Amino acid sequence: MRTLTVLATGPLTTVQDEGRPGQAALGIGRSGVCDRASAALANRLVGNPADAAVLEVTFGGLAVRAGADLLVVTTGARCPGAPHAAPTVLRSGAELRLGAPAGGLRSYLAVRGGIAVPPVLGSRATDVLAGLGPPVVAAGDVLPVGPPTAPPAGVDLAPVADPPAGAVTVAVLPGPRADWFGAAGWSGLVGRPWTVSSDSNRVGVRLDGVPLDRLRSGELPSEGMVRGALQVPPAGTPVLFLADHPVTGGYPVIGYVVDADVDRCAQLRPGQELRFRAR
Amino acid sequence: MRLLPSGSTALLVELDALDDVLALYAALAAEPPVGVVDVVPAARTVLLVTDPARTTLAAVADAVRRTTPRPDARADGDSVSLPVHYDGADLAEAADLLSMSIEQLVQRHTEAEWTVAFCGFSPGFGYLAQPGAGWEVPRRSTPRTKVPPGSVALAGEFSGVYPRESPGGWQLIGRTDVAVFDLDRDPAALLRPGNRVRFEVA
Repeated sequence: MRTLTVLATGPLTTVQDEGRPGQAALGIGRSGVCDRASAALANRLVGNPADAAVLEVTFGGLAVRAGADLLVVTTGARCPGAPHAAPTVLRSGAELRLGAPAGGLRSYLAVRGGIAVPPVLGSRATDVLAGLGPPVVAAGDVLPVGPPTAPPAGVDLAPVADPPAGAVTVAVLPGPRADWFGAAGWSGLVGRPWTVSSDSNRVGVRLDGVPLDRLRSGELPSEGMVRGALQVPPAGTPVLFLADHPVTGGYPVIGYVVDADVDRCAQLRPGQELRFRAR
Repeated sequence: MRLLPSGSTALLVELDALDDVLALYAALAAEPPVGVVDVVPAARTVLLVTDPARTTLAAVADAVRRTTPRPDARADGDSVSLPVHYDGADLAEAADLLSMSIEQLVQRHTEAEWTVAFCGFSPGFGYLAQPGAGWEVPRRSTPRTKVPPGSVALAGEFSGVYPRESPGGWQLIGRTDVAVFDLDRDPAALLRPGNRVRFEVA
């Protein structure tokens, strides 16, 4: 049987794909993989189409057993024991166990044929905020693997850099409500270091640091946002929204991490330093 | 109409009133500019999310400026009837807040048509408006941790139906047995922007 039997999940493992674009007007967020570049690479390496579902593993700990000979690969955060960026056949009955990564937070396990759980509203992404999509992966699950659709990439090893363990700097653009914070607020955002808080998740990276002061009081009518938004709740420390962000939000967005840099933010782990560079 | 930056892949259009949002959204949803993957209406804004491989923000901004809003679109929206048991936990308090009797509240809630202005909060949660009707209901000072599914509620200028059990701070005036969000139905979301809604006494 083309299956993966889940023996352990680590802190959080979910099925993810490219998400549900086009339904935000119905209150349905896009969701999908947090680190899109890493997941896309994993799919390419095993010959999957871009929209194939993968497992997103948070801080290692996933253990699976193959129900057939399966071509697998991991990307993103490098876990001990993983076929990292190097497609490998996991023999029928063999087990794959991911240790805790030394750097980065999220690893992607792609299987040739894709994780073939039933899609929900056109996607196999688990949206943890909306409670939509396949259930969170649990020990004992038997995950179906789909049939291969294209030849594998024929690459033995993809030379990609591991997510950095130290300070990370990303580019930001002013957001729609930058004027709520004025020049002093913007300087505070880009001029000071931020630390990733431990209550970060797929919804967003919460940041600790010197709070940003609002120049104006009052409420903002809720408005739409996309991943990369730096929303500032009343406490003054920003939340950097990731894949499962709310479709609309009622706190002002001071800035946006440029889209190409958001994937790197999905690899930040609690305690890591983040800096913003104005672009 | 003001165009505000929203990162490298999206554009936020800010408007003066909810009516303007409905009219612009109707036009953009009917004919989305090339490369726009999501059009997200909200209380005073419409967000356009692009696929950067297919368009640029400048091209989308041009397309928005050229778009003719459709203020007449409301009449074309699908019509939905929702039977309601008006027995919500906050019914008496909501009537007090509006300085009317419970009977008057129910009458006003049922006699005029509502329009789904936008969705959000959770999948299938529609913000229903009656522009100009003067609804203005403060939220509960302490939100409930659990609002039962199907609860019909009021907050600000809006009415809404909770699609599933969730936390919530709106004033609960009743409940409907109609599932406003059902994954086994196509479409799953019953309340879509532009749809017209009439509440009826069950």
